[in-house]
Amino acid sequence: MLHRESGYYKTTYAADMELFPLPNAKIAITVFILLFFGLFPLIMSDYYLSIINLCAIASVGALGLNILVGYTGQISVGHAAFMSVGAYTAANLATKLDLPFWITLPAGGFMAMFVGILVGLPSLRVKGLYLAIATLAAQFIIEWIINHTPAISGGVQASIAVPRPNLFGWEMDTQREMYFFLMVVLALAVVGALNLVRSRIGRAFIAIRDQEIAAEIIGINVYRYKLLAFGISSFYAGVAGVMYTYYLGIANYEMFTLPISIDYLAMIIIGGLGSVLGSIFGAIFITLLPVAVRIFMEVVGVYFVDGVYLAQVIAQMRLILFGGLIIVFLVVEPEGLSKLWLNIRNYFRVWPFSH
Amino acid sequence: MAMSEIDAVEGSVKLSVTDVSKSFGGVRAVRGISVDVPRGMIFSIIGPNGAGKTTLLNMISGFYHPDEGSIYFEDTDITVMTPANRASLGIARTFQNIALFKGLTVLENLMLGRHVHMKSGVMSSMLYWGAAQKEEVEHRGRVEEIIDFLKLSDLRKQPTGALAYGLQKRVELGRALAVDPTLLLLDEPMAGMNQEEKEDMVRYVLDVNDEWGTTMVLIEHDMGVVMDISDHVVVLDQGSKIAEGSPDHVRADQGVIDAYLGTGNKE
Repeated sequence: MLHRESGYYKTTYAADMELFPLPNAKIAITVFILLFFGLFPLIMSDYYLSIINLCAIASVGALGLNILVGYTGQISVGHAAFMSVGAYTAANLATKLDLPFWITLPAGGFMAMFVGILVGLPSLRVKGLYLAIATLAAQFIIEWIINHTPAISGGVQASIAVPRPNLFGWEMDTQREMYFFLMVVLALAVVGALNLVRSRIGRAFIAIRDQEIAAEIIGINVYRYKLLAFGISSFYAGVAGVMYTYYLGIANYEMFTLPISIDYLAMIIIGGLGSVLGSIFGAIFITLLPVAVRIFMEVVGVYFVDGVYLAQVIAQMRLILFGGLIIVFLVVEPEGLSKLWLNIRNYFRVWPFSH
Repeated sequence: MAMSEIDAVEGSVKLSVTDVSKSFGGVRAVRGISVDVPRGMIFSIIGPNGAGKTTLLNMISGFYHPDEGSIYFEDTDITVMTPANRASLGIARTFQNIALFKGLTVLENLMLGRHVHMKSGVMSSMLYWGAAQKEEVEHRGRVEEIIDFLKLSDLRKQPTGALAYGLQKRVELGRALAVDPTLLLLDEPMAGMNQEEKEDMVRYVLDVNDEWGTTMVLIEHDMGVVMDISDHVVVLDQGSKIAEGSPDHVRADQGVIDAYLGTGNKE
């Protein structure tokens, strides 16, 4: 089961450039597919599947942000706002025009992409901290517009109830049904991102991140590719926003505020900047953190904290842990969970003869 | 010397710089310089620090646009063209301070050199299997030729950030070659190298010129190297051209000797 190259001889460039060149990796992928499409839905209750659903939605969003921040090096603090664009686009199309799910889902993605490209325009001129502030402004502007335009927000509560997603007659009434759909969406998002970053477009993104001047000299149209990165990233965000809306059954801007943008940044920092696998690790980590804290406090915390205050303590614990973990990761392992995973993998790569 | 002097003179002009000037604030870095680079030549630009060599090279590769004058590449006016478009025309360069993509492997750096020759868009890249894969494999072939040529095969999958200085310079040359340039600009390719690394680099420069007939414009401080490999030398001082000709001609020029050694009390 170890990741070892020795003994596998590649005779074509195509074989050398495969996504998972080792037989072990192919076995692992097959096992994963069997687990997630076979075993898990069989043995898990709807509650646990709904948690996996949340992780899947967050993973899609984090993948998008990582393409922009981790791969292209353009920081964005407005990711949640792009998600809200997707969410409200889909919700409005579904309720006002009665459009089916298979149209609202991509429509949300494309609308977010369009807005993302607009927001990306300042990136052509400003970098780093200044771009962060520009995207922060976009976060607030988009929030404000949605909140203050009844035609978009659907009225006083700024929330729109959406019908259950219906895919060509398959109505996803339960978390279990959403689970299967989300797994397919996540798989597509992951494979798309993996393919993107190993081919022409993704390499150009990384080139812009590492050496913008050299990237331009080599023939990369830096402006176009920065906007492209914003577009792809926002498309992922939009799709994640639509999925989240259907998951909750309601589009609500409070689900897409600045702290959520920060959550997504935390996901890719903890998971690993510039790593597809890291985006998923980070998304799972940040999504499960509150769940883990709650379970821990309910089991262990009751001995230390009076029951009345438990709920408050749980809420605060999450924030404290959250901040603490970001600092720990930035200091100890800036490359995140994906690097930890690589370290373990590489240790066993030559084990037991490590020298 | 790859081409004999006569061939080079009779060949057409690859790059024609006419009367370019560039000022930064009050500093006139380049003052009305004209040079013609014939096809297939190794063409060196030398001069003391601050003579305007790098500014001139930056105008040729497109970082700065000249205040005055024009630059033609073959028959195309590239005076105000973007660097990226110059790359698609076949102009590539290396940098004085290495500018590799440090997070990427040697192979990926060289594949980036192929960027202008590839076409895959977002959709086909994300789908990968099919058109994008075919294209990747096809260009991988060309990149492997360059890897062989520069003897980088054992470093293929190494991240470039971790390589030794001399090797990084070689990878950067490889990345420029992957563009399949017909004009290659080299900004101090041997700076900071030890004798052995320098000799290797000189050999690669000559081999490239020999094998593909690539026209080269070279900035270098090592006079020994310049005089050995150049077909033609241009000497700049304080933003102006003070001499031009074959290495032997330039070596004997009184103005050049003055610029490099100082004029003492003669004035």
